[in-house]
Amino acid sequence: MTRTDTMTKSISSGLTRTVSPARRAQNSIMFGLVALGTVIVLIPLALILFQVVYNGLRSINLDFFIKSERDMSMITGGGGVLNAIVGTLLMVAVALVIGLVVGIATGIFLSEYREHPLVGVVRVMSDVLTGIPAIVVGLVIYGLMITTKLPGYSGLAGGVALGLIMIPIIVRATEEVLKLVPTSIREAGLALGLPRWKVTMQIVLPAASTGIITGAILGVARVSGEAAPLLFTSFGNPDLATNLLQPMAALPSAVYSLAFKALTPAQNEQAWAGALVLLTIILISNILARFFSRPRSYRAPKANTAKT
Amino acid sequence: MTPTIPTPPRRSFGMNSGSDNVFRNIIIGLSSLVLVATVLYGFVLIVGGLPAFQREGIGFLFGLNWDPGKGIYQALPFIAGTFFTAFGALLLAVPLSVAAALFISEYAPRWLAGPVGSAIELLAAIPSVVYGLWGIFVLIPAVRVFQVWFVSVTGVPWPPTGTGLMSAVLILAVMVIPFICAISRDVITLVPNDQREAAYALGATKWEVIRFGILPYARAGILGGVILGLGRAIGETLAVTMVIGNANVIASTPFSSTATMSSIIASNFGEANETLRPALIAIGFMLLVFSVIVNVIARIVITRLTPVGTR
Repeated sequence: MTRTDTMTKSISSGLTRTVSPARRAQNSIMFGLVALGTVIVLIPLALILFQVVYNGLRSINLDFFIKSERDMSMITGGGGVLNAIVGTLLMVAVALVIGLVVGIATGIFLSEYREHPLVGVVRVMSDVLTGIPAIVVGLVIYGLMITTKLPGYSGLAGGVALGLIMIPIIVRATEEVLKLVPTSIREAGLALGLPRWKVTMQIVLPAASTGIITGAILGVARVSGEAAPLLFTSFGNPDLATNLLQPMAALPSAVYSLAFKALTPAQNEQAWAGALVLLTIILISNILARFFSRPRSYRAPKANTAKT
Repeated sequence: MTPTIPTPPRRSFGMNSGSDNVFRNIIIGLSSLVLVATVLYGFVLIVGGLPAFQREGIGFLFGLNWDPGKGIYQALPFIAGTFFTAFGALLLAVPLSVAAALFISEYAPRWLAGPVGSAIELLAAIPSVVYGLWGIFVLIPAVRVFQVWFVSVTGVPWPPTGTGLMSAVLILAVMVIPFICAISRDVITLVPNDQREAAYALGATKWEVIRFGILPYARAGILGGVILGLGRAIGETLAVTMVIGNANVIASTPFSSTATMSSIIASNFGEANETLRPALIAIGFMLLVFSVIVNVIARIVITRLTPVGTR
C-alpha cells in the first residue's frame, strides 16, 4: 500500500504533462464519486445513532429499568422494560450455552479432525446455517417446541432459537482461531505422550481462547438484537418472568411492538428508549469483542512446570 | 494453508486410545447436530406447510390471490415483494458499497480508512428493530415528503403515503451495504500489488489503475459479496415489516404498500388460524430454499472464481 502510494506520487509528479486533461478530469471526477458514495453510506449511520441517542435520552428514566411492561399506560407512559431486559439476558444465556457447546465442538471437529470424511459437509452446512433467515429459525422452533407443547411458548424455546442462530458464528470463530495455533505446539504435546483429547482441550483450546471469546461476544451481540425468531417462540410476557418454561419478553420484541403496534406518543417514546438500551448493549459487546480480538503475538499457555 | 496435523498412531498409546475415542465421538456427535439441524429445518417446514401446498398446488407459487377470508392462499405477491425489495436494495447498495470499499482500501490515508471502515461495520451491528423504528419515525415521513413533491411535479396518480415499497427498498439498502462493502474491501485488498504497479508503470492514472488493474481482478469476489447481500436482503424481516405496509397484494407502483415473504410471516403468524398457519409455514419453507440457494451460490462464486493472489 505505502509502497504503491509513494510510487504514485513520484510517477504522477514526473508524468503530469503526459496525462491528457480529459483523463485527468476523469480521474478527479471518479475520486469525487467514490468519496461522495462513502459519505452517502455514512449519513444514515450518523442519523440513526444521533436520533436513537437523542430521542432515547429524552424519554429514559429510572422506572424504565425497574418496572415492567405491565405498568405501562398507553396514555401516560410510565412502566419500564425490566421484564424484557431480564428475558433477553436469560434467553441469550440459554443460547450461549447451546452456541458454545455445539459451536466449539464443531470448530474443533473442523480444525483438529481434518482427515474425517464428514468435515466438508459439516463446514458447508455451517455456512448454510449462517445464511438462513432468523424468522425461518423461529418457524422451525415453533414446529418443534410450540405445537408439540414441549414446552410450548417459553423462554426456553426462544433461547433454543437464538442458540441455533449463534452456532455458526461460534463455529466460524473457533475454526479460524484454532487454525492459527501452531502445529508444533500440538506435536510437542503428542510427543510428550499426551492423548490427543488432552492436547486439544488443555493446550490448543486455551491457546485459542481469546479468539473464541471474541466469537462468543459477537454471537451474543447478534442474537440479543434479534426479535424475529422470538415472535412465536418466547411470545412475550408483560410481567417479569424468570421461569424458562413460561412465555418471556425480550428487549428487541418490546421495541418492535412499542414502535410498530404503538397507538400513542407515549409508546413511541418508550420504543426510542428501548432502542437506546438495546443499541448500548450491542455496541458495548462489539467494543469488547474488538478489544479481545486485538492482534497479539501467540503466547503459550502457562506451563505448570515453569519454575522448576 | 496450514499443514495438517499428523494423526497419532492409533494403537500405540494403549490406555490412552480409549479416552481419545470417547472424546472423538463426543466431538463428532455434537458436530453432526449441525447437519441434523439443517435437515430438520427443511423437514419441519415442509411437513408444517404441506396442507397449503396440497390445497393450492402449483398455484401456491404462481397465483396472485391471497385471501385469508376465503381461505385462498397464493403466495406470488410476497415472492414478488421479496424480489422487488431485494433487487431494488441491491441496485442502490452495490455502487455505494463498492465506492466505500474503494475509498477505504485505495484512496483513504490510513488514519481515515480505519475509522470509516469501523463505522460501516457498525451498520451491520444495528439490530433490525432499530432500523424499523427509525424507518417508521424518520424515513417514512421523509419519503412521504419526497413522494408528495414527486406526484405534484409529474402528476402520476400514485398515492404518496410514505409507507410501502420505496421505504422498504431504502432501509434494506442501508442494511446490506456493510455486508457487500466488507467483502468488496477484502477482495480489493487481496489484489496483488503487482497489478497496481504494472498499471502505474504503463502511465495509468489512479482511476485507470482501479478500473483496469483492480476491478477486473476483484470482480468475482465483489459479485460473491453482492449475492451474499442478496441473501441478507431476502431474509431481512422486521425492519421491512415495519415500513412496507403489509398489504396482501402485489405492488402496482413503486409507492404501493405490499409485503415480502418474511414480512407476511412476521405480521400474520401470531393471529393466524388453522388454514393460514400452514400457508405461512409453506412460505417459510420457500424462504429457506431461496436463502440456501443464494448462499451456496455466493460461497461457490467467492471461493472458486477469485484468482489466487501472489503476495
